Amino acid sequence: MTTLLEVTGLEVFYGDFQALFGVSLSVAQGGATALVGANGAGKTTLLRAIAGAQPAARGSISYRDQNLTTAPPYQRIAQGIALVPEGRKLFPSLTVEENIQVGAAAAASKQWPLDRIYETFPMIARRRGQRASTLSGGEQQAVAIARALAAAPTLLLLDEISLGLAPLIVEALYQTLAELRQAGTTLVIVEQDLRRAMDSCDDLVCLLEGRVALAAPVPALTRDQVVAAYFGETATSGETAT
Amino acid sequence: MKSSPALEVSDVAKSYGSLAVLTSVSLEVTAGEAVGIVGPNGAGKTTLLDLLTGTSRCDAGQVKLNGQDVTRLPPPLRARQGLGRTFQVPRPLGDLTVFENALVGAMRAAGLRGRPAYAAACQALESAGMARQANAKAGSLRLLDRKRLELARALAMRPKVLLLDEIAGGLSDPETEVLIGTIRAVNAGGTTIVWVEHVMRVLTAVATRLVCLADGRVIADGPPAAVLASDDVRAAFLGGGVL
Repeated sequence: MTTLLEVTGLEVFYGDFQALFGVSLSVAQGGATALVGANGAGKTTLLRAIAGAQPAARGSISYRDQNLTTAPPYQRIAQGIALVPEGRKLFPSLTVEENIQVGAAAAASKQWPLDRIYETFPMIARRRGQRASTLSGGEQQAVAIARALAAAPTLLLLDEISLGLAPLIVEALYQTLAELRQAGTTLVIVEQDLRRAMDSCDDLVCLLEGRVALAAPVPALTRDQVVAAYFGETATSGETAT
Repeated sequence: MKSSPALEVSDVAKSYGSLAVLTSVSLEVTAGEAVGIVGPNGAGKTTLLDLLTGTSRCDAGQVKLNGQDVTRLPPPLRARQGLGRTFQVPRPLGDLTVFENALVGAMRAAGLRGRPAYAAACQALESAGMARQANAKAGSLRLLDRKRLELARALAMRPKVLLLDEIAGGLSDPETEVLIGTIRAVNAGGTTIVWVEHVMRVLTAVATRLVCLADGRVIADGPPAAVLASDDVRAAFLGGGVL
């Protein structure tokens, strides 16, 4: 399998607060990788660093065998990397369609014209002229994903898309992600719900305090391994759950 | 023999509009204990801290500090009753020295003046391991030392109960060890600690008890290993059916 993204020894700081400590990660073309970990583990920082929104202090980010470590975000978008940020970050005063068009500004290809996007997200097609601020949470999340799709990504980074949404809406969004995968898009998904993460991904990476605590194909993992990595092994040692 | 609890929280509830953040939380902390508060995003940890410090008012329930009802007291009066806290993002007064920052804590929050204020500031810097940097400008400190100064500021208030709000993140391993040592020493000196923290490894290195909040209530309370091994706690963090 071809490697699409290779992150090596990545270190990221906010001032002198170190958020990532030598993170390495490899994502195969066409695969889906779940990124899990407790609050503050560095999941969002890692996605933002891959997207170029957060500079790397050390380490490298290679994508399609090209070194993108210092490339600005717009160049990465043009190369096919798109981020759906946590909290959606739509432009509230713009309409649904205008928000999506913003995403198309630096598109990598013409593979995602508006009608294909609306076909993928029927729930926002009928709201295309409405301001983003008037949408429900689920609709806003769909627009955020649609905006990223408009950039025609090969690698789509999704940060906590199910946060605060009703289970049915989440189900629908994940159904769409499955369709995107079938169409060949590579996914890296930050998800709090471990079962959902494991059901929808081939690989799982668990971050703990800015480091990779566990990285393996999902079928090779047991519940106890993930839980131990999530909480830190020393924190749970001495007790085993049933 | 049972001493009266340093902190006693009985059935506190808090809603913001139609959103019930804490439904009915009860919690007793014995003097000298080090208790960790954990829980997933949105569990109500920050709200609980706000109710303890008086930054927000409880809709229902009671908060007692050393046997005294402080539920209706504003934050400064609670501070003088012996409740100290640190903030998640330390914001020292950058143009003042480390010592002056601690002195502000002793004077403003604890209401001390003159020599006792001076002594409290000195002692706080000693306890937080910052005495050697007393004359450095606070604005020039690196992260670990900003965190230790934040501790010192809170300690200068001579708190009986110290609330720590996510103090552990962003440090290297050796720095983390230093911070663990500092907080252990503060606790060993008799200060009761209630600590909201995500960095589990650091928390469990100090806390002898964990309280897990989820959806605005306490879902587990006990020794750290048992709490973290509980199925309810795992489901709260990692989602409904963990495999």
